[in-house]
Amino acid sequence: MQTLTAAEFDAIAARHPTLLVPSFWSRFRIPVIAGGMILYMVFCWWFFAVGQVMSSANWGIAGNYLADWVSYEIRPDIEIAKDGAMAITYSRFDPIGPNPNPDWIDARRETITRTVPEAAAPVQTPSSKPSSSFSFMVQPAPQAAEQSASSESSAPKTVTEEVIVDAKVTLGRAATVDVRPDRVILIRDGSTVTLRLDRVRETVTVDGAKPDWVEQRAEGGRVIAYFGWAGWVDVSSDRVRIRNRFFGWANFIFDTNSAFFGMSASHVMNTIISGERIDPSMSNLALAWNDILYNPSWQHLDVWTKLLQTIVMAFVGTLFAMVVSFPLSFLAARNITRNRPVNQIVKRFFDFQRSVDMLIWALFFTRAFGPGPLAGISAIFFTDTGTLGKLYSEALENIDDKQREGVKSVGAAPIAVQRFGVLPQVLPVFASQALYFWESNTRSATIIGAVGAGGIGLKLWEAMRTNSDWENVAYMVILILIVVFIFDNISNALRSRLIGQRQH
Amino acid sequence: MASTLNPTAHDAPLGTRLGERGEKIERHWQQLARQRRFYTAISLAVLLFALFGSLWFANDSNSGKFFDRLPHLFDFVEDLLPRDANEVWRALFDLPSPYFDGSLKYDYPEGRYYITDSLYIPEYFYKMVETLNIAVISTLIGFLLGAVLSFFAARNMVKNPWIRGPARRFMEILRAFPEIVLAGFFLAILSLGPIPAIIAVTIHTIGALGKLFFEVIENADMRPDEGLRAVGASWIERVWFAMVPQVMPNFISYFLLRLEINVRASTIIGAVGGGGIGEQLRLSISRGHEAKTLAIVLLLFITIIAVDQLSAWLRRKLVGEQAFQAVI
Repeated sequence: MQTLTAAEFDAIAARHPTLLVPSFWSRFRIPVIAGGMILYMVFCWWFFAVGQVMSSANWGIAGNYLADWVSYEIRPDIEIAKDGAMAITYSRFDPIGPNPNPDWIDARRETITRTVPEAAAPVQTPSSKPSSSFSFMVQPAPQAAEQSASSESSAPKTVTEEVIVDAKVTLGRAATVDVRPDRVILIRDGSTVTLRLDRVRETVTVDGAKPDWVEQRAEGGRVIAYFGWAGWVDVSSDRVRIRNRFFGWANFIFDTNSAFFGMSASHVMNTIISGERIDPSMSNLALAWNDILYNPSWQHLDVWTKLLQTIVMAFVGTLFAMVVSFPLSFLAARNITRNRPVNQIVKRFFDFQRSVDMLIWALFFTRAFGPGPLAGISAIFFTDTGTLGKLYSEALENIDDKQREGVKSVGAAPIAVQRFGVLPQVLPVFASQALYFWESNTRSATIIGAVGAGGIGLKLWEAMRTNSDWENVAYMVILILIVVFIFDNISNALRSRLIGQRQH
Repeated sequence: MASTLNPTAHDAPLGTRLGERGEKIERHWQQLARQRRFYTAISLAVLLFALFGSLWFANDSNSGKFFDRLPHLFDFVEDLLPRDANEVWRALFDLPSPYFDGSLKYDYPEGRYYITDSLYIPEYFYKMVETLNIAVISTLIGFLLGAVLSFFAARNMVKNPWIRGPARRFMEILRAFPEIVLAGFFLAILSLGPIPAIIAVTIHTIGALGKLFFEVIENADMRPDEGLRAVGASWIERVWFAMVPQVMPNFISYFLLRLEINVRASTIIGAVGGGGIGEQLRLSISRGHEAKTLAIVLLLFITIIAVDQLSAWLRRKLVGEQAFQAVI
């Protein structure tokens, strides 16, 4: 093996200066491109004020929202009166039903005679679920107003009643909160913390050392104890707020208003098959089905209708786009229609339809037809006529001319030439592209729905805007994913039958 | 037309009679053709049924009915005509309008972004740049992450199905998850602005590009890789010296294609709260500001055409005509 000496190398370098000295670009292109990217990212960091937005973001709430996708909270408040009598109230929006008596609260009751400054009405009013949990009004403000109203018209009087004197609440598996009039005992994973409540001075004091899951911002102020996934409690001197988190979707089948609420599956079955009619005007089966469809917190029927609208939008929009762009593409293809002006006009028309964004079409037709799937169909139809027309005319321009010539040479009419010389070549490609767009339009129909063009998009958007219905968002996302998955497979199966396995 | 040329319609084929076996074949063939026509008719009928059902359903659940609204379709177009043609230019370049009456409709100079005391960027140009930036940065980040991820999903680079499978599933989830949900979720955390839009578009782009990329890698020529393996190159060296130079043109072509899509996507996400030009368009259409709407539509139209043309030109330079083969 021969080695090159330094002198020989220099001689070669002198003879071919361009050969051995690479150009600036080929030597430094990677650092230059990387540097450009980094500079651009720094610019974007500044342009979008990323740092500022990220630091002001509410990251703590993100975990809560994510947990809401697959779980729900029950939020009892334990009120402690001046004399130590306790009462448990549930917020109006709790998914616990009209007669809350959960087995995770163990309340010991005693009958005592006490002087109450308020009306003797029991604080524990059965909370009714609002007709829709999609309501924008999520704060339980009305209840507070009711309470203050009832306390006005009252004079001190003496009553004998049964009150709660000790409430043991179990959160998750390993945590308990024992609420007594003068103290709250928190137990998490075997470690115990005792909080002393002083209602005269309105202070809460922590006995002994405070573990890191117990938080007290100000001396004597309220204490918040976190129990991880299971929830948290907020202890003030006269009230203990409990947030107990449960895995799953609450009241997915029957809502608290339904007669079937709280029944076991077999009980529901028995009621439907052989039970007395709950509502005399309809059978139990019809009633149950009705209760499921019009479940106010999940709105199954509405969600399914909107989902169907999205599917219909994609289907009809793509089908019409295919039907219209099919003849137009023959006009646009320069080997089929030998007329330059016509080709150009049709092609520019396609470009116009493609370049006006689907969003613009959607907003335009929402104004024209009113919100609903017609606007979505029209938007998809207009955009995709352009896109499919362009793809179709390109496919037509790439066909094999021999078949056409063959049909022409036996004296076929022009239409017959297209039918037997051109169509068999392009039809599979056309159909396959239409299927591809059908599938991708199912996704885009979701998005344009949010601007009012019909379908599940708007419903999804509204559920997200309230920030309290993430479980509904999760439900709709799962439905969308299922639909997209099914259509993906149908479209892939049809396409591979049309154009053969290897090409896709 | 079909009956004149369709060979199945030949009753007396050129005066010659077929033999016994020939007739059997002919009969069988006729039967198959009938069956085929029958299936075609059935599927057409099903398709038509689905179509008319869908149309009825869409019309029924729309807030305005198709035939009621059709005569009024162009009312809105008339509403879009500004008071004079120059209004569009004034709205586009934020020049003061002679019709200014204190309302939002004609307050074009309000939105100016001043660079110096006298030099300003018109509002809609600024918003358009914002939308373009959303599209570019999210395509760029999606490109980088998708490219890294795609090497783990390619059959010829990673033999272990326990790495390949999760990488592919992960990209599938990113791709299928509705962008609008991502945008909505991050809007809830980060409050209104372009960053939720960037995150949503980026996440979708990672999934979409990653899939295209690993297919490119799987179709790559394996000989450079074999050479590198023969001299004991590490996995990263194999990727960098054998794969990247081969696949880069295709990667960049897909990057540009995705950029075109993302410009549109970021406009739409902007309209639902992500900022940028999409939001301005939605606001001005819903408020009935005709000159502003036309100015934005014009700007969007020109930008989209410019981006498409630029990307088509670059792709043609990079990978030639192959870039324009239809996506199948």
